[in-house]
Parts: sequence; C-alpha cells; structure tokens
Amino acid sequence: MTTLTLGKAINEGLRRAMEADAKVIVMGEDVGKLGGVFRVTDGLQKDFGEDRVIDTPLAESGIIGTAIGLALRGYRPVCEIQFDGFVFPAADQIITQLAKMPLRSLGAIKLPVVVRIPCGGGIGAVEHHSESPEAYFTHTAGLRVMACSNPADAYTMIQDAVRCDDPIIFFEPKRRYWDKAEVDLAAPGLPLDKARTVRQGADVTLLAYGPMVKTCLAAATAAEEDGRNAEVIDLRSLNPLDMGVITESVRRTGRCVVVHEAPVFSGFGAELAARVSEHCFYNLEAPVLRVGGFSTPYPPSRLEEHYLPDLDRVLDAIDRVFAY
Amino acid sequence: MTAEAPRGADAPPELIQLLTPEGERVEHPDYDIDLTAEEVRSLYRDLVLVRRVDLEAVALQRQGELGLWASLLGQEAAQVGSGRALTDADMAFPTYREHGVAWCRDVDPVKLLGMFRGVNHGGWDPYEHNFHLYTIVIGSQTLHAVGYAMGIQRDGAEAAAIVYFGDGATSQGDVNESFIWASVFNAPVVFFCQNNQWAISEPLEKQTRIPLYKRASGFGFPGIRVDGNDVFACLAVTRKALADARSGQGPTLIEAFTYRMGAHTTSDDPTRYRVAGELEAWKLKDPIERVKAYLFKNQLADQEFFDKVDAEADALGKDVRRRCLELPDPGPEALFDHVYGAPHALVDEEREQYLAYLAGFETGAER
Repeated sequence: MTTLTLGKAINEGLRRAMEADAKVIVMGEDVGKLGGVFRVTDGLQKDFGEDRVIDTPLAESGIIGTAIGLALRGYRPVCEIQFDGFVFPAADQIITQLAKMPLRSLGAIKLPVVVRIPCGGGIGAVEHHSESPEAYFTHTAGLRVMACSNPADAYTMIQDAVRCDDPIIFFEPKRRYWDKAEVDLAAPGLPLDKARTVRQGADVTLLAYGPMVKTCLAAATAAEEDGRNAEVIDLRSLNPLDMGVITESVRRTGRCVVVHEAPVFSGFGAELAARVSEHCFYNLEAPVLRVGGFSTPYPPSRLEEHYLPDLDRVLDAIDRVFAY
Repeated sequence: MTAEAPRGADAPPELIQLLTPEGERVEHPDYDIDLTAEEVRSLYRDLVLVRRVDLEAVALQRQGELGLWASLLGQEAAQVGSGRALTDADMAFPTYREHGVAWCRDVDPVKLLGMFRGVNHGGWDPYEHNFHLYTIVIGSQTLHAVGYAMGIQRDGAEAAAIVYFGDGATSQGDVNESFIWASVFNAPVVFFCQNNQWAISEPLEKQTRIPLYKRASGFGFPGIRVDGNDVFACLAVTRKALADARSGQGPTLIEAFTYRMGAHTTSDDPTRYRVAGELEAWKLKDPIERVKAYLFKNQLADQEFFDKVDAEADALGKDVRRRCLELPDPGPEALFDHVYGAPHALVDEEREQYLAYLAGFETGAER
C-alpha cells in the first residue's frame, strides 16, 4: 500500500499505462515541463520524452482533432483539457467526430482517446474554472463518461480508460486532487463500467459521483446521528450506467437522493431520477430528490458555498425524502 | 458596406500551369513533369470515368434514389491530379466531394453512393484504401490529417497525409488550428484546398481578402497556387509537396484554383446567386477538354481510344446505377451496431427491447 493524493494516483496510473503500451501518448497545454497546472502529468515528459508527452499549442479543438488523427494512426492519446470551462472549443471535435467516427466506419475505426477534464468547483477560482459539464457528454452517444472520486479508483480507472478502445471523457474532481488515501498499486480495480457501493445503508440511497461522493459520505455519517442509515453509491461510470447496483439498492431502501454539482435542471440527476422512478416505482416511499447547482451560471467564488451542495443540503434532502 | 480592395489584391498571383485550356503544353522551371503517352491517356480515362459516375449520381438523386449528392463537376483535374500523386502509404482525408480522389484510391463508387442513399454514414474501411471517411462538418478533417501526420513522424514512416478542403473551410477555426499544428510540429501533411470560388452561395471574397495560398506564409510554410483544372499541374505540384512532406520538410498549402460547375449539392440552386456568364467562362477551361485536345494534337490517342473510354464510362455508369439500386436497406438492428467497440449496457438493452418490440408486430403477439 502506498499513500497517494488523487492527483498523484492519476499520475501513477498514467505512468503505468505509458510503460505498458508505447502507443500511449499524453498531450495538452502545459502537460510537459510544467506537469500540468495541477501537476497530474508531473515528470512524465522527463521520463517518456517530448514525442510521447506533447505540449500542444493553446487550442482545445486542435488537441482533440489531432488526437483523433493520432488514434487513426494507432496511437492512444490521453488529452488534458486544462479546465472544465475550456472544453467547449473542443466540443465540436468531441461530439461530431470523436463520438461518431467509429460508427461512421462501421467499426473499422477505433478511437481509444481519453479526454481528461478536471471538473467542479470549490477551489475559489475565477469564472470557467469550476464547472460540471458532464451532462453534455453523457447525452452524446458514442462516448463513455467516467468520473473518479478517490485515489484508489483514480489509479485503476485511468489505466482502464486508456486500455479501452472507445473514446472516454474522464472527469477528475479538481478540489479532491489533494485528498490522500492508501492505494494498492498492484490491485486490479472494478471493471470500468461498474458502480461501487462505498457505504452500506438501509434507509436511503445517495447517488453521487466525482467530488460529491465525499460530501455524501460525510452527510451519511451525520445522518446516522438522526438514526438514518444512508447507503452511498459512487457511480464511477455515468455512461454506461450501472443500473443493477442502483436498482438493487433503491428497491431495498425505498428512498433515493441524487447529488451533483451541476445545475439540477436537465442535469445528469434527471436521468437518474427518471430511471430510478421507472425501475423502482413500487418500492419507492418518496419521489427521487435531487440536490445540485442552481439554474444559474457558476457564481463568483465568494458565492460558491451557496451554490455547491454541501453536507447540510444533502441532509435537508434526506429529511425531505423521509417526510413523505 | 463594401471594403476597398486590400493592398496587393490587384496583382494577379502566379498560377502554376502546365497545360493550357487549349491543350498546349507549358514548361515550368520548378514543376515540370514527364508523362508518357500511356500516363496521359490513363489520366484522361480517370477524368472521364469520374465525371461519368458523378453525372450518374446526380441523376440518381433526381430520381429519388439518393437523398443528396455533392457533385464534383469541374473539379476532376484537381482531384485526379492530386489523387494520382499519392503513394499507397500516403493517407488522404477528404471532404464529402472527393469522389475523384476516392476513385484514385480504388474506393468502389457505390460505397460513396451508399452514404448519400442513407444506408450508412460512410461504410468503407479507411485503412483498406488509405482514404479516410468523408467528413461533412467543414474543416474538421484538417486536424485529423495533422494528427495522423504526427503519428507518421513518430513511426518514422516514409509517408505523408493529404487533406482536402474548400475555400469556405479556410474560415474555420479548425483549419487555422491545423495550420498552426502542422507548422509547429513540422508535420508531413499537404493541405490541398480546392478553391472552387463558392461556399454554397458565398463567393470567395466573403472568406478572404488575400489569395488563399498566401495564408500559408503567415503560418510559416509554403503556399502555392495551381491551375486546378490542369491535371498535369495538380499532379506535379502535389507530387512535389508530398515528397517534401515525406522528407521532413514539413507542410505545404496548395490552392487549386478551380470552379464548381454544378450546384453545391443537389439541394442547391446556383441561379439565385451567380450569373450564367461565369459558368460559360469556366466551361472554356474545362479540365477534360484540354487533355483531350492535348492527346489529339500530339497524336497520342486516336478516335478509337476516345470511343473506348466513352463506352467504358457508359458501362461504369450503368453498373454503378444497378448496384446502387440493389443496395439493401440496413435492418433495424444496424441502428445499434458499432456505436461502441466494447459492449455497452445501455445500447445492448435498447437493441434487445426494440427488436422484441418489432418482433411483437411480426408474431401478432399481445404486448
């Protein structure tokens, strides 16, 4: 066992992936000498060279577009988008090309491209540095969408993502980059498309991913004082969704709260709520409630504590599902 | 508001030309080319056959057999000239109009028609022909070509990528980003811009104040303008640019100055935005007629040869038509195929449910 921060765990995972396959390439803005603005690619260029760890020009569409070309030539690019709010110049390449080209070729083309995106708020940043754009990508057929929440998962998930032949949007919870945990560098992780029950409980199911898993675990601990035993599921994969774990849990608990940082309206939680309602209708004691950002753009940092779901807002939602 | 002509726009830029519209051979100090009579006849045959397939496709669309067709009429020389400059190891990235390049890469024309008929979104294996799928979003493929070229660099391979795009595409961010990438990484890529003067209804001056080939200098690599209706010149210039790319000298922008003699696509009506006289003027520069004149004048081909090519073209047209009409419609299960390479629970579930739903109609079972 090794103690690693989440950022370092991804770094170690990338290192393993690059050692395992010479076709794996890391590319993005400042990923080389600087090691990325969050240092996630720290030291990789020094050890693997400038041909495999590429400091790119400052243009996101160019990063994804050329990564597609490299993948067509047999490479496995791992692209870093520096911040969530900067992914949109690349949205066209991701949505119209990366997601659809394999289908266009009737399977002749595989695009094993991983797009790493540090996401979410809570770090006191300026505009465009705190967003949660996952729903744009879960809505796009052809993409797989992953969100890691802790160092051990981050370490295996990034390696599995690189090994996967499909394009993957890989969300990293930026405010958890410095969270530390024990990581077994030799242990295999869960399969890439599996959810994990991170806390067992009998009374209510909390569904979360990325940065909100930690928040939900804290809320579950607090809820215990009220005599409520919350189960917490870390989805890990948003597309595809591991509905088996979710339905098994909600059918048992009869209550479900979905938590994410992104705005609730048309957010990924809407998909979860609809599916849980459909699959667990006869077991539900209350409607599925959602906790998330407001229908406003992400606020200036002095306001973000009001915007971001926290322990109290999750507890409030738990109270409300018990009030039915 | 009409902008005044920018400085320098009045001086006509150099146009590399090796064969005049009248079929006269012209020498050029940098881009001369030696072609045997057989090679010229072969280029002529390509041009005629490609035009014939294109005409057949337009007819099929008019008869309701294709949803759409983007005609290459007038651009045959640009496409065949550049297409015949490629080696097997080179990789071509087309738009949706590169039927002539597809021909040079041995892609069955029926596969192109299948896409416009709606049986799939592409459907040929890009690796089998080193001819990428048609890209519909304007300019996206330029970045793919540059990335691919960066892969060639890393492989240490003796190859280049060529990417096709139009005059309208030069306004796209992706095209400009691809120029930057290619330049900074010295990627072995040839940018082949067919300036056919029109982006649907918008004339060239809506896209640029300077000749397009001059854009390259700002990005730090050579740009050159070639007579896009001259198959010899297109072949020579592209050959040189590809050789430069393969030998580590980086990218070149080729502007093939040509004309879209037909509509943008079969959904378009060019009479709304351009005058008939323009088309008449360009007809005098037809890419096929000048090669025919050259062959005739120099007694490199006789009437029997031309008749034979025409007969071959008619047979090809008929064959393409027949096989297009015979293309089977995909079954409903094809909706779900190839969306992902690895199994995907949601798509698998939807496939199963939808096929069961359809089966309910067949068996008449209660749902």
